[in-house]
Amino acid sequence: MFQFFNTLLIGITAGSIYALMAIAIVLVWRSTRVINFAQGGLALASSFVGAAILEKTGSFWVSLPIAMLAGAIFSAGIEFFFLRPLLKRSGDKGQEIFLPIIATLGLLGIIKAILNFIYGDRIGVIPPPLSDKGFIVSGQSIALSPMRLLILGTVLVLMAALTLIFQRTNLGLSLRASSFAPEISRLAGVRVDLIRTVGWAISGAAGATAGILQTTNGSGSIAPESFEFSLLLVFGFVAAVIGGIESLIGAVLGGLTLGIILAVILMYVGGSLVFFAAFLILVLVLLLRPHGIIGAKGGRRA
Amino acid sequence: MLKIENLSVDHGAIRALHGVSFNVEKGQLAAVIGANGAGKTTLLRALSGLNKASQGQAYWNGHNILHSKPESLVRNGISHVCEGKSVIPELTVAENLDLGALWRRNRKESAQTKKEVVDLFPRLGERLTQRADSLSGGERQMLALGRAMMSKPQLLLLDEPSLGLAPLVIEQIFQSIRDLTTAMGLTVLLVEQNAMGALKIADIGIVLNLGSIAATGSASALKEDPAVRAAYLGF
Repeated sequence: MFQFFNTLLIGITAGSIYALMAIAIVLVWRSTRVINFAQGGLALASSFVGAAILEKTGSFWVSLPIAMLAGAIFSAGIEFFFLRPLLKRSGDKGQEIFLPIIATLGLLGIIKAILNFIYGDRIGVIPPPLSDKGFIVSGQSIALSPMRLLILGTVLVLMAALTLIFQRTNLGLSLRASSFAPEISRLAGVRVDLIRTVGWAISGAAGATAGILQTTNGSGSIAPESFEFSLLLVFGFVAAVIGGIESLIGAVLGGLTLGIILAVILMYVGGSLVFFAAFLILVLVLLLRPHGIIGAKGGRRA
Repeated sequence: MLKIENLSVDHGAIRALHGVSFNVEKGQLAAVIGANGAGKTTLLRALSGLNKASQGQAYWNGHNILHSKPESLVRNGISHVCEGKSVIPELTVAENLDLGALWRRNRKESAQTKKEVVDLFPRLGERLTQRADSLSGGERQMLALGRAMMSKPQLLLLDEPSLGLAPLVIEQIFQSIRDLTTAMGLTVLLVEQNAMGALKIADIGIVLNLGSIAATGSASALKEDPAVRAAYLGF
């Protein structure tokens, strides 16, 4: 029972990071109908910025927001200079839906190559800013440390902020309207192109946060060919798909579900099966519930 | 006044509109009628910037409006309501209305306009917090009109507001359009398949056939024109 409780805690922490990555993917999908494979590269690049700032200032609390800002700028830049002209040229009608997807795959390669060029064999270091020693409950150390609390808290605060923005502000209304019905939004006076760029920027910030937290929760260091970040991208996708790819709440629940399932498998079945399980879940969800486990049948939720 | 000169629009290799010219005076309600494929929707989409015009000019109050983006035209008093109840089903009624006034960046004035719109369509007022997909067809059309009114337009482009509605509801919607035009001093370009209903409320009529103008004139004269009656009114 104690072990199971600990497993749950581990799963929820990891899952909340997958949820952030899933949110990044969902935001881009909703605003532009593009699956952005470059998301993993963006998170990696932003984390390198975070590591550099951490080295200079020594403060995690300065480096996190700056990494988020960098992620937002990178992501918005990619939308503005790359995706927008590409979509304009391919007619914006979605007949050539594979084009932007392959383009983002290419971008992922380019970003990694640039990072390789800049960093080579060097690594970026983001050690946990708080103790990662578990709290002691009735003489036993549980899988909840100040660091894990920090991760959960950060994710929680970001989710609350996003919910507020999306549900309560004019920007949020523009973001939702533009994703559901770009033409009607345009006719209502919304500058849909600009709003799309903003959507990508928010996505980039969420992805950067996921990257930084993943690093502190994992090995504490990043390299241009980081396997951790490839996993983060894949798990983010699976979480987004579980949540129905349209919904932010779905992305969060998808991330937590995936995190818990993988933690249970890791603990009780074996580490070698984690990757297999993640893909099995992906395939099963796509086969049985293509709208996601959480997504309402056919209906899109704001 | 709305002045359209020699307007042509192409869909790929097909010319959908051939050098159309007509004027609509300020405060007039103009009905554009014609069969399926006559180019009515193409005309509206070119005017609101959704489609590109290949040739010709269109002036609203002396300014050329072709080649402008729809989101800019809204800011210059031109609102377009698309075919088929142009509301966003996933948003609530209130959010659909608010959307039309976001660009005005003035919460106070927008709230005032919303009150006016709700006074105009009380049914919307009762359903402000419901999702738009819970509305009936007629209510959705009211919401689409209301959303356009939230932008405080001077020129309203309406594409087939009667589409898919029951006859009684069509009559209500047409009456609302007529009342709005008069009360707000709007200029309206109303595209309709329901030629009889549209001509009943319109001041002038424009008959389109295969992308060209077949007849223009006052609505009452067109209603009595034997050729128009035979071709479009069905009796």
